[in-house]
Amino acid sequence: MKKTYSIEVDCANCALRMEDVIRKVDGISDAVINFMAQKLTVDIDDGQNEKAVMKQALRSCRRVERDCEIYF
Amino acid sequence: MNRKQKKMLFRIIITAALMVALHFVPVSGYARLALYLIPYLIIGWDILWKAVTGIFHRQVFDENFLMAVATVGAIIIAVTGSGDYVEAIAVMLFYQIGELFQSCAVGKSRRSISQLMDIRPDSAGIESEGQIVQVDPSEVGVGSVIVVRPGERIPIDGIIIEGESSLDTSALTGESLPRSAKAGSEVLSGSINLTGVLRIRTTREFGQSTASKILDLVENAGSRKSRSEAFITRFARVYTPAVCIGALALAVIPPVVRSAALGLPAMWSDWIYRALTFLVISCPCALVISIPLTFFAAIGGAGRAGILVKGSNYLEALSRTDIAVFDKTGTLTEGSFEVAGIHHGTMDDETLLYYAAHAESSSSHPIARSILRAYGRQPDLSRSTDVREISGQGVTAFIDGRTVAAGNSRLMDSLGISCQPCSSVGTVVHIAIDGEYSGHILISDRVKPESPSAIAALKAAGVSRTVMLTGDSDSAARQIAGELDIDEVASQLLPGDKVDKVEALLQSKRDKTALAFVGDGINDAPVLARADIGIAMGALGSDAAIEAADVVLMDDDPGKVSVAIRHARRCMSIVYQNIAFALGVKLICLALGALGITGMWMAIFADVGVMIIAVLNAIRALSVRK
Repeated sequence: MKKTYSIEVDCANCALRMEDVIRKVDGISDAVINFMAQKLTVDIDDGQNEKAVMKQALRSCRRVERDCEIYF
Repeated sequence: MNRKQKKMLFRIIITAALMVALHFVPVSGYARLALYLIPYLIIGWDILWKAVTGIFHRQVFDENFLMAVATVGAIIIAVTGSGDYVEAIAVMLFYQIGELFQSCAVGKSRRSISQLMDIRPDSAGIESEGQIVQVDPSEVGVGSVIVVRPGERIPIDGIIIEGESSLDTSALTGESLPRSAKAGSEVLSGSINLTGVLRIRTTREFGQSTASKILDLVENAGSRKSRSEAFITRFARVYTPAVCIGALALAVIPPVVRSAALGLPAMWSDWIYRALTFLVISCPCALVISIPLTFFAAIGGAGRAGILVKGSNYLEALSRTDIAVFDKTGTLTEGSFEVAGIHHGTMDDETLLYYAAHAESSSSHPIARSILRAYGRQPDLSRSTDVREISGQGVTAFIDGRTVAAGNSRLMDSLGISCQPCSSVGTVVHIAIDGEYSGHILISDRVKPESPSAIAALKAAGVSRTVMLTGDSDSAARQIAGELDIDEVASQLLPGDKVDKVEALLQSKRDKTALAFVGDGINDAPVLARADIGIAMGALGSDAAIEAADVVLMDDDPGKVSVAIRHARRCMSIVYQNIAFALGVKLICLALGALGITGMWMAIFADVGVMIIAVLNAIRALSVRK
């Protein structure tokens, strides 16, 4: 299931780092950040709870980029 | 500036003011340290915090860590000796100023792009009981009538049933000239209605409409990373630890060697200071920030000009384009065929057209459609039975009890019927009835007015071979190629042959160059996928082409191909400039820092300065030169 979220991230490199860690979250098979549009598109595996998975994704992101935000 | 940036600006001003004030406060010892720690913590607490949490999250060697170690080190040296705390604070201060500047510059360019790309319509106007009600566009079904007032964006694709207006399609095609539209014209969502009220019968659902599809594409762009970006990530992974080890060596080895081997005073604090300077200089921010930014900006800028690039690796490949392969129909030519003449008929033209139209009645091929248009009436489908379409040749059918074959000369050959060649240029549909040759219909396609200049622009951009692929006859293909000054032609290709031909061209291309295939998405999705870069043109209608292509041109202008290639080259040259500039300045400063010639002030100026210049340079990639 493909989902798109608004995000807030300041630098292009941080966006790349966020992408990397979101890809590693269980239940997410792919993640793409469009820095210019401030949009995150994730591929969530079927049968996963979207809220729980995204919560985990945000937690992982905060580890690499303290002041990022994902609106889900 | 957003709230975060304003807060940072406030911190910067407070710190600068405190530093000036403290200059006039005559204290010494630990009281002095305590006073100077105030501005230091105001400006640097988040960096220190990030450095500490980074260690816990195994993200040790990042720029926060470098800054934290360098400034804490400088403070320790100041406590033990010089008492000069200003340096540590200044390093933090300038680092933060650089970050703030970067974030403002990026935010500004990002907004300018996203505003233009923000074509998502929020609501659709539906008429109900004489009132216009605004509803969520995703709730509007196919075939509903929507009302779009002047100044509003058309939310859903459809056909105008009433009203006349001019439309601004710049968000879709990058074309700034308004297009006029009246009852019967097809309109695409995302265009802005400029002058008159329009009533539109929707032909698609919101999710399938052009605006939604483009947004989808734009939002998913950048999924594939270029080698330069991968290089920077790998580089940063090796570089930062290497620099830290280098700094450690610089702090320890010279004093030890001096005191143990040379019998000189060790001068520990001097060498530690040099090592810290070394750390500040080495911060790789300029590279890690500017290179992804360049690609993001280049993709964003291209999107604004009607060129959708699906990833930065395709920008990289585009910049290396050496062979440009074009599909003829719909790409270099209009793709709207017209019957130009009926020759050598053994019966009257009307009857011949009657048989041709009935044979082709179920085909969606542009040639079949043009015959049907020329016939002008609705063919009676019950009259034609046993219709067989032979790919790349034509059709055979059983009409009014007679067998009719309509197709190219290859079809006639396979049926053993000798045909009359046509002396005019165009696509020829031969007709045979009951095995007897009955004449042919000449169908011609016009070359797009932009095509000659598009090919010339490609050659000027340094593309060394231009190739045209077509299913047409050799003579027709050669004439068009000659008109457009195309180097090579492959004609009479079946759809499957195009892939083979592109394979062969891929084999023959020079090393480190790329082959771009430009098609309109009809029948050429496999070729789009096979080429190094598949460019789909005017592909707003064809999902298969959008899926298979790497670059999507939103309108039908082949001139956009050379614009895209030049834009990609410009983007890559900005990337290389930034790599060379940043690494060059860093290396010089590293050497000077290690020798003790430059101090920390110089180091932070070099670091922030390089970053600002690199960011400004990266933002240049936003603009696309026509």
